[in-house]
Amino acid sequence: MKNVTTNIRPPSGFSLGFKELWQYRELFYFFTWRDVKVRYKQTYLGVLWALLQPLGMMLIFTFIFSRTLKIETGAIPYPVFVLSGLILWGLFNNSVSHAAESMIQNANIIKKIYFPRLIIPCSAILVALFDFLMALLVFIILCIWYKQPVAWNALFYFPAGILLTLFAAFGAGTFFAALNIKYRDFRYVVPFLLQVLFFSSQVIYPLQLINRSYLKYILAVNPLNGAIELFRAPLTGSPPDMNIILISSATALLLAAIGLFYFRKTENYFADIA
Amino acid sequence: MSSIIEIRSLGKKYKLAEVQRYLALRDLLSNAGRQLFNKKQKPKEFWALHDIDLDIQPGDRVGIIGRNGAGKTTLLKILSKITPPTTGNIKLHGRIASLLEVGTGFHPELTGRENIFLNGAILGLSKKEIQQKLDEIIDFSGVENFIDMPLKHYSSGMQLRLAFSVAAHLEPEILLIDEVLAVGDFEFQKKCLGKMEEVSKKDGRTILFVSHDLSAISTLTEKCLLLDKGAMISFDKTKKIIDRYAGLMALNKEFISEPVDNAPAITRVELKTSENNNLQAHGKPLSILFEITMPFENYPNLALSFQVFNHLNQPVLFNWIFDYEKNICRKKGKNYLRFTYEELRLYKGSYFIRVHLAETKARKKFQQIDCCYFTVEMINLKEPEWGWSEAVCQFLDEGKWEYE
Repeated sequence: MKNVTTNIRPPSGFSLGFKELWQYRELFYFFTWRDVKVRYKQTYLGVLWALLQPLGMMLIFTFIFSRTLKIETGAIPYPVFVLSGLILWGLFNNSVSHAAESMIQNANIIKKIYFPRLIIPCSAILVALFDFLMALLVFIILCIWYKQPVAWNALFYFPAGILLTLFAAFGAGTFFAALNIKYRDFRYVVPFLLQVLFFSSQVIYPLQLINRSYLKYILAVNPLNGAIELFRAPLTGSPPDMNIILISSATALLLAAIGLFYFRKTENYFADIA
Repeated sequence: MSSIIEIRSLGKKYKLAEVQRYLALRDLLSNAGRQLFNKKQKPKEFWALHDIDLDIQPGDRVGIIGRNGAGKTTLLKILSKITPPTTGNIKLHGRIASLLEVGTGFHPELTGRENIFLNGAILGLSKKEIQQKLDEIIDFSGVENFIDMPLKHYSSGMQLRLAFSVAAHLEPEILLIDEVLAVGDFEFQKKCLGKMEEVSKKDGRTILFVSHDLSAISTLTEKCLLLDKGAMISFDKTKKIIDRYAGLMALNKEFISEPVDNAPAITRVELKTSENNNLQAHGKPLSILFEITMPFENYPNLALSFQVFNHLNQPVLFNWIFDYEKNICRKKGKNYLRFTYEELRLYKGSYFIRVHLAETKARKKFQQIDCCYFTVEMINLKEPEWGWSEAVCQFLDEGKWEYE
């Protein structure tokens, strides 16, 4: 026979399998396309949901923390401040929760057809990224509305912040997805963990409000803090706190490594237990 | 010629915990607590497949048969890389595509056309390939008129047509098929079988086909693998294997089982044939005894029915009894029912019985059991000139000729 020879043997060792992922690259697109398309069809408001949620949250937080509690956000108007955090948070939150559920939702396919399993949680993250890009447009409009100056280094800082969020989301998402398949009640833990991460990140308050620096650096373990720090730097005009960014990047990379490793280690048996 | 599939001492072990499927964290914690006091119990294991050695040549069409739990589906799952083997290895020289149930990945909200792309991509076609074959796929499926409607408006038959059509246009060197033809109308089934035959003959494609439908197996395949309890019994010409399979099944003369908790259960099925050894003479009485165990008294709406199947797994007789017509099985514990064919008119051949126990109101099925293999012979009957030839009919009834 011509071309390909496949060897099937008991699993041994560990490989990242990037070559195989590349072979199946079109599937990333198809799964993402399916989820985006289905949401368009199933809901009247379609993609508007992706925008309404952060906007609604923005209004609520603006009312509570800016009008009532008067949180000091320096040069940035509070709505711009909070929305910049909220859209990044939305990216992380949606990525992780969709990715965590994705394997169970696609159990039917997993049980019947082979392809690199990693494609499924990754596509869930790509769907969240699609929503994020929509929200980013709204954020830019809001900046124009408030005549918010944005420094040129946004061209570097914005993508860096997004990338940091994606790394962290990839790690947590794949890790939870694998755990979810193995332990079915783990899914009830996920929203709680996400809530803890939300309130320990500087979405609604600036980290600068905390005067004790050791506490600040403990909070920086939450990768969202580094991501938001990067994302807000072009808005405030002052340079980001590099320590926070380094700590956050380290956790994000560690998370991504743990998630990838655990997912790879367990994926062979997904079809047996899904 | 060198083999396209080489299987060497292949085995697959499951732990019973995996059979029980997923765990809950709750169980994990409570087990940990228990283990403080008890010694750790080793989880039970069983081999779904063991010591399989097989070589399949390019262009072969191979059927895989065996009783439930024989390991047929496990073998296909390992071949299609869905689950890894525990021991041994397989070498595949060519691209492989599997149809463990067609329509995998179909989404009800997407249109037929969109589903072709999605399903094709999942099955391993590139976008370009799908675009090239799109017209052909739509044409073959016969659902052109609905192709831009969401799939949720399709009948299950139409979904199957579309799914099979995508699958038939994959072009792997090896195609694995599991029970796809169980649904769908007869015409389309024939079309599918024809397409498969055409594909394997013309392009020399190798097909592995798992089915309970022995007539489909015997028309489509020329070689067959017989599995039982995870072991390979034989690999030979299809005709030989089907006979051997019937022999294997014939060991299964009566059915006895333990009652289940809180649900009605068939606990015994026994045949009373006219001769010994589950041999039945044509035209003589045949009775079937059912023992049904009920969880409590006055259980309403029970339905008991059974079919008689021939050796090709095709149903030939059907009888039933309903509680709402005449109360049955109203006692707690064991209840007995007996059905008798006064003069059994089945033609010579081997048969088995499929028993169904269900509830009519909730439309709930408790059990379905295949059991009681028996053979019918034409004993003490006046033979026709040409003798009693095989398979001329399934049923031989008396009637009256009138002539001038």
